[in-house]
Amino acid sequence: MIAGLYERLLDGVPRRALLLLGLLLIAMLVAPLLVDPYLLSILILVLYFAYTGQAWNVMMGFCGQLSLGHSLYVGLAAYTSAALYVHFQLPPTIGALAAISISMAFGAGIGFLAFRFGIGGTYFALLTIAFAEFTRVGFDHFAWVNGSGGFFLPVEQYTRNDVLNLRGRPVMFYYLLLALTVAAFVFCRWLLTGRIGYYWQAIREDQEAAQTLGINTFRYKMLAVLISSGMTALSGVFFAFYYNNLFPEQIFNISRSIELILGPIIGGLGSLFGPILGAFVLTLLAEGLYETLHGLGYDIPGIKHVFYGICLAAVIMYLPHGIWPPLRRKLGLETRQ
Amino acid sequence: MPIELVLNVTLQGLLTGLVYGLMALGLSVIFGVVRVVNFAHGEMMTIAMYGAIVAFGAWQIDPLVAMVPIAALLFALGYVMQAWLINPFINRPEHSQFMLLAAVAIVMVNALLMIFGPDARTTLVDYALDSVEIGPLLADKVRLITAGLALAITAGLFAFFKLSRTGKAIRACADNYMGALTVGLNVKQLYAFTFGLGSACVGAAGAMMVLLIDVTPNLGPAFTLQAFVIVIVGGLGSMPGALLGGVLIGLSEALSGLFFAPSAKSMFAIALLILVLLFRPQGLLGKKA
Repeated sequence: MIAGLYERLLDGVPRRALLLLGLLLIAMLVAPLLVDPYLLSILILVLYFAYTGQAWNVMMGFCGQLSLGHSLYVGLAAYTSAALYVHFQLPPTIGALAAISISMAFGAGIGFLAFRFGIGGTYFALLTIAFAEFTRVGFDHFAWVNGSGGFFLPVEQYTRNDVLNLRGRPVMFYYLLLALTVAAFVFCRWLLTGRIGYYWQAIREDQEAAQTLGINTFRYKMLAVLISSGMTALSGVFFAFYYNNLFPEQIFNISRSIELILGPIIGGLGSLFGPILGAFVLTLLAEGLYETLHGLGYDIPGIKHVFYGICLAAVIMYLPHGIWPPLRRKLGLETRQ
Repeated sequence: MPIELVLNVTLQGLLTGLVYGLMALGLSVIFGVVRVVNFAHGEMMTIAMYGAIVAFGAWQIDPLVAMVPIAALLFALGYVMQAWLINPFINRPEHSQFMLLAAVAIVMVNALLMIFGPDARTTLVDYALDSVEIGPLLADKVRLITAGLALAITAGLFAFFKLSRTGKAIRACADNYMGALTVGLNVKQLYAFTFGLGSACVGAAGAMMVLLIDVTPNLGPAFTLQAFVIVIVGGLGSMPGALLGGVLIGLSEALSGLFFAPSAKSMFAIALLILVLLFRPQGLLGKKA
């Protein structure tokens, strides 16, 4: 069975791709030994966006359902795990299960309503925004987690890493996120090479045709939302315990949702490596811009994002399928059919 | 709770709602014809608001007068955006168009932040606190004037689409893209013109809105969201629907602010949106797709 799984995951993947992936993984594994705390924090951000982007990609990239409200799942999971930890001293490793369940329950609710009532395209996207906004305002008035005043986790100077309670130094979060990103990558590869993946892609390309072929589109779209929201929940748990403060205004904000879908779209929607590449490109672009402008003495608030927006527009205009597909061709990494 | 208070708040919500309606009308017109959801709509609104602030601060021009050149400027901005940026995206998938406009929105918000800083700005015209008595009711003069203007502009736009040759041509594009191309209409130019018109609406609404609220660069995304809520409740692409949606949202905001917490006011608007999306996704006055 293990051999079968191995074969399924690697079928048709060029040797060179495996070699490059291995090299990247090794580089990421040794990176914390070489970089300073500032760079480490940026790499953590890269991994956060890579993982969350991968989770979003399941829904949009694989199955074609545009969600613009993924901050909902991040926020719900962050609040769930943090509140369980603060109020009941429940370690986040267990709280994560509750967080995943709640995120998936919300995902199921939204998916059920939308797909039962036949809401698709732009309207579905707007519905996801609406639910995220609704929850944001709701949490502003949710006294158990201190409403709009923000919810804080106790912080102290950590000398050792307590993985069970997710209390520790940034390097611990780095390796946890790296593990998550790798796991999500393999999991998505597994999904894509199986029946589910083919059904999803059929739905993405032409839903009516997929239905005609006998695919239960409702069930498989629901599955995409469930997997995506469950995966995104872990980003939320990470967010809560890494940043230690949660504000509804910030975590549920629509700009958060947009931020986390930029990576996969810029990287290459629907591809496995796109979200990872996109996370690297965008985070390094943003930080690079900041450093350059800071170095040149332009410390005007907003200037970084103006350049960021222009770069974003340029990529979308000139590389409609993202950076990864043309890059993959250049590197000669086309998957054999 | 005294009945006068409730009625007064209702009237206020209704009047403010008409200005919201004008803002959303711009979005609706653009979507109805170009079939692109303008994710930078609220950001364009804030640009117009800052335009009115500058005109008032530098030359003491009343925002209701500055409205005309501001609407013209926004028309130009919208025309150029459609002609240069969005026309090449017409046949691209929705998420692609969305990303482009989201990028434009990011640039707009932050350009305003660079120029004006994060602090709230306001104008204080000398009639700002005047009110008019209508029977037992008391209405702000500013709200009455802006609501009246919003109605007049909407009526004008409606007449333009129904009566003028260009308006008919634009409706033809909206009706049947291929057909419009076949009879030799310059669709791309008409699209740009429509985007300009929608932007002019939001420009006029923005110039009026400075009389009602303070402006910060961060208001942009909130207005975008509000405009979405309004046009979806009313019906994407329907002109009377935008006004109706605006009034409903204005009313729900005012009344929920009165009966519950003012900070919860958007929750009712969004709840309304969710209900409409589920049970009548084409909107209250929209035609079935």
